[in-house]
Amino acid sequence: MRDKEMTTPDVSIGEARANGNKPLLEIRDLAITFKTGSGEVQAVRNAHLTIMPGETVAIVGESGSGKSTTALAAIGLLPNNGSVSGGQILLDGEDIAHASEQRMIELRGNTIGMVPQDPMSNLNPVWKIGYQVRETLKANGRPSGPEDIAKVLSEAGLPDAKRRANQYPHEFSGGMRQRALIAIGLSCQPRLLIADEPTSALDVTVQRQILDHLDTMTTELGTSVLLITHDLGLAAERANKVVVMYQGRVVEAGPSLELLRNPQHPYTKRLVESAPSLASRRIQAAKEQGVETADLLAPAAEAAAADNVLQIQDLRKVYKLRQGLGKTTDFAAVDGVSFDVKRGTTTAIVGESGSGKSTVAKMVLQLEKPTDGKILFDGVDTSLLKAGDLFKFRRRVQPIFQDPYGSLDPMYNIYRTIEEPLRVHKIGDAASREKKVRELLDQVALPQSAMQRYPNELSGGQRQRVAIARALALDPEVIICDEAVSALDVLVQAQVLNLLADLQSNLGLTYLFITHDLAVVRQIADHVCVMEKGRLVETGTTDEVFEAPQQEYTRALLNAIPGAKLMLPPEVA
Amino acid sequence: MVRFILRRLLQVIPVFIGTTLLVYYMVFALPGDPIAALFGDRQPPQAVIDTLRSQYHLDEPFIVQYGLFLKNLFTFNLGNDFTGQPIAASLARVFPVTAMLAVEALAIQAIFGVAFGVFAGLRRGGWFDSTVLVASLVVIAVPTFVLGFVFQLVFGVQLGWAKPTVGANADWGSLLLPAVVLGLVSFAYVLRLTRASVSENMNADYVRTATAKGLSRPRVVLAHILRNSLIPVVTYLGANLGGLMGGAIVTEGIFNVPGVGNKLYQAVLRTEGPTIVSIVSVLVLVFVVSNLLVDLLYAWLDPRIRYDQ
Repeated sequence: MRDKEMTTPDVSIGEARANGNKPLLEIRDLAITFKTGSGEVQAVRNAHLTIMPGETVAIVGESGSGKSTTALAAIGLLPNNGSVSGGQILLDGEDIAHASEQRMIELRGNTIGMVPQDPMSNLNPVWKIGYQVRETLKANGRPSGPEDIAKVLSEAGLPDAKRRANQYPHEFSGGMRQRALIAIGLSCQPRLLIADEPTSALDVTVQRQILDHLDTMTTELGTSVLLITHDLGLAAERANKVVVMYQGRVVEAGPSLELLRNPQHPYTKRLVESAPSLASRRIQAAKEQGVETADLLAPAAEAAAADNVLQIQDLRKVYKLRQGLGKTTDFAAVDGVSFDVKRGTTTAIVGESGSGKSTVAKMVLQLEKPTDGKILFDGVDTSLLKAGDLFKFRRRVQPIFQDPYGSLDPMYNIYRTIEEPLRVHKIGDAASREKKVRELLDQVALPQSAMQRYPNELSGGQRQRVAIARALALDPEVIICDEAVSALDVLVQAQVLNLLADLQSNLGLTYLFITHDLAVVRQIADHVCVMEKGRLVETGTTDEVFEAPQQEYTRALLNAIPGAKLMLPPEVA
Repeated sequence: MVRFILRRLLQVIPVFIGTTLLVYYMVFALPGDPIAALFGDRQPPQAVIDTLRSQYHLDEPFIVQYGLFLKNLFTFNLGNDFTGQPIAASLARVFPVTAMLAVEALAIQAIFGVAFGVFAGLRRGGWFDSTVLVASLVVIAVPTFVLGFVFQLVFGVQLGWAKPTVGANADWGSLLLPAVVLGLVSFAYVLRLTRASVSENMNADYVRTATAKGLSRPRVVLAHILRNSLIPVVTYLGANLGGLMGGAIVTEGIFNVPGVGNKLYQAVLRTEGPTIVSIVSVLVLVFVVSNLLVDLLYAWLDPRIRYDQ
């Protein structure tokens, strides 16, 4: 492995000399150190990377792997407590690792551009879009009249750019904001563009459009791109070369497809195996090693004979939108949705943001009242439940939410968090509750020492395990997972999905899985419901929907999975 | 926007009636007879007392007195105070003085508070930040009358940089020293608010993006950190302007400023209902208008805030 790591840049330099052109960016032996309250932390060690003019190179890794830190060092934007403690960052042969701030200001914008990760937080909310483009053009000495601004914006694929330039960021959708950020990043035609997870906050179909557009633009301008992503499939699809980082080191680098088909380093192998966009089977495959075959077959056999634990009948939810002057219009967030959920199976509801999938989840959880239609739980209409029955209902249907940072009370330790539902429902005494909490921690594979810790002392994956343990505390029959793994890194995501699958087969749980990520659906679901603009457009078993999608919209969603079209040898897939 | 402003101005009516009624009632309920107080130890003839009582309508029930006051107010005839001077004239004398003092104090707070706050916030934990934090804590902790006397003694008497007292002919220069004392405490709060807001905003994603665009540091600070940081500061300054216009009884007393605070204090001592309520009426208007200005400033600072919904 060491060999590969060391030789990669050399190979590129060799090629470069042969081709008669020099690398645009070369990172050699880079080390980055952060000063923290508890001493110095080496975030990046011995990082190597070479980008030729016009080439796209992707850095892949999980959060904390040092991929963003490496990229930020290249544009001189390390946080205040971070600094380059070794190695070189050569831009056109000039070492910019310790360049003056003045020199970096000269380079930023017109030599190195950046497209940041989150379109929601990266535009200043108080300035018009046009203004934010104009100051970029102006700072880099380019013409910045209204026509120039409109041209930059429309090249980034923003329709009606002249009018749009006069709007504020909050009047833009996420995809439009990302286009504006791409416009800003490319407005001064930089030679290198750093794209830090440029689409991870967007819906898959929008993601595809944006990446396609970015590809076209950078190809036309001859811009080199340094793409930072956690998604190996996306990296392989978009980049000529992939660099895999793990715990601050470059563990493997090489041409994308080669690396994907023949990963050498154990970490890369794990990444390839668990990349959701590349997996093509339900997660039962992963259980095969550990669990007996009988267990494996159980859910399927059960499902065939099982009753419908949830029946959703013609569900509608209408919100009144204020139009000013006391007028309102009706907006149907959910419109005529019907489906059944069989006991012991997983049903996934997929759709883009605004499709109404989360509203369905809220209504099933009785957190929102349906305008029309029925939700039958075990054959009983949930809208007729009285306060006492509703309390019992809540014991049997539990949620797991998307954001494990937001859904745990930071002031409660883990023991109290998991014990709370037991206390609320007056189950057992202190001793038996503690025993139950210990069992639950075992079930979600958390050490019992975690009981006394607080959410901020746990990683994202661990927090989501706590959320699962809390949901399981009351021995529910149905668990509603609202984007329960969307905020997690791929490897952690794979672990949590495995855990959910194991719990399902051991406890006979029923899952209603709300997600925008079809790749996740493939791994966990038995049935799929595709929603678009409040309506159910397609339902079927996961295999049916994935292999023979009936609707144009479903096909678009499937095509948008990054890396879906990459050919993989069967032993990897 | 016009609808919003009109609606806000209409809200003045109930606020105005409510506050004046309440203040009028409290003055009415004060113990002691204002007419007897006018004569001190002497016992005036009963006829004189009765004449004065009916002249100032003190023999009428409370609600009639209040009604008469409202009537006078809307005919722009505020009547005379107990010394026989027209109230309108004395208000016209004191309000400009206090307004000058308030504007000066507000300018000191806003300019120095924001500037120091930005520098401290940008280099959080640096020597400037630490010094300024300790100094502002001292200013907050020391009572105004102590600050006032110390400043008067040091700058007015010993160093002779400013007139130690203001007196009858108040102008911008002579009001500077009391304005500094008056503005100092709020200056410390403005500084701390700005500092917290700046150090929070400077780590915002859009600030990093602005830097990545190739903008110079001053531009990033002014256009992307400062403007976004001003919203909590503007709220505080707006609320403070109303407070400053109410007159600073202690500061005006120390520096002998012929302003609203002094006038109000004397009127309260003499239980002069009409004068007190007249001052309060003006103050209500000042409060409402300054709050309206703050709301309009908000909308300018943060375009996500819209009032026509």
